[in-house]
Amino acid sequence: MSVKPTPRVRVPTQAKPGELIEIKTLISHEMESGQRKDASGKIVPRKIINTFTAQFNGKMVFEAEWNPAISANPYQSFFYKASESGEFAFLWKDDDGSMYESKHKLTVA
Amino acid sequence: MVFMKTETSRREALALAGIAGLAALLAPRMSFADAAMVDAEIKKLYGDKKFDSGKIKLDVPEIAENGLVVPITVDVESPMTDADYVKAVHVFADGNPQPGIVSYKFTPACGKASASTRMRLAQTQNIICIAEMSDGKLYSTKSSVKVTIGGCGG
Repeated sequence: MSVKPTPRVRVPTQAKPGELIEIKTLISHEMESGQRKDASGKIVPRKIINTFTAQFNGKMVFEAEWNPAISANPYQSFFYKASESGEFAFLWKDDDGSMYESKHKLTVA
Repeated sequence: MVFMKTETSRREALALAGIAGLAALLAPRMSFADAAMVDAEIKKLYGDKKFDSGKIKLDVPEIAENGLVVPITVDVESPMTDADYVKAVHVFADGNPQPGIVSYKFTPACGKASASTRMRLAQTQNIICIAEMSDGKLYSTKSSVKVTIGGCGG
């Protein structure tokens, strides 16, 4: 039924110092709300990605806590002010303990 | 013979009706949050603290044709410096099965306290957004979304 969630991230690879960049993320996930009933009338158990975090060079930049009200294939965008070169680490945490990670290098010059 | 048959089917029908009635009573019904539940959630986070208006720009559509995917953008006015930045933003809905939608934690490294996502709305309802600044000041705003097709249950 479910496919393995694959994260997709759009983040520039280069930026000027002090430049404000927008990061757009999307991950495929059914985000089962725990409210829906299946054909036999039984409630489908909840299974959502509950946390999304963005770190840059190991430092927390942005954190989002998602509730079942977040749509399937959750989209999240936010901003980052470029200051130094380094690497983004984006992490999605699933209800079942799975983690999905995506890393992206950014050169600031 | 014919008489007997009707008799049985009537009895069966009555029994079935009884079972159906009982099932309807026992079946879990979808319940929805209300404004009081949202207030309780906010109280859990910030107690009885006062909220100011302004600073927050909550961008949601006035009418959502599909409650399954409703875009939402939250923008909080702030210089986002180490001394003065937006710490957290919480978004609630007063007509979904659960009041919480999303909570954000920002840092000065964000440069701008702005985030967009997509949410599910079960019915026409209010979206309530609160923001906490680094100096402890709290702001809130509210916006109503008219939903023509609900996004929960089914």
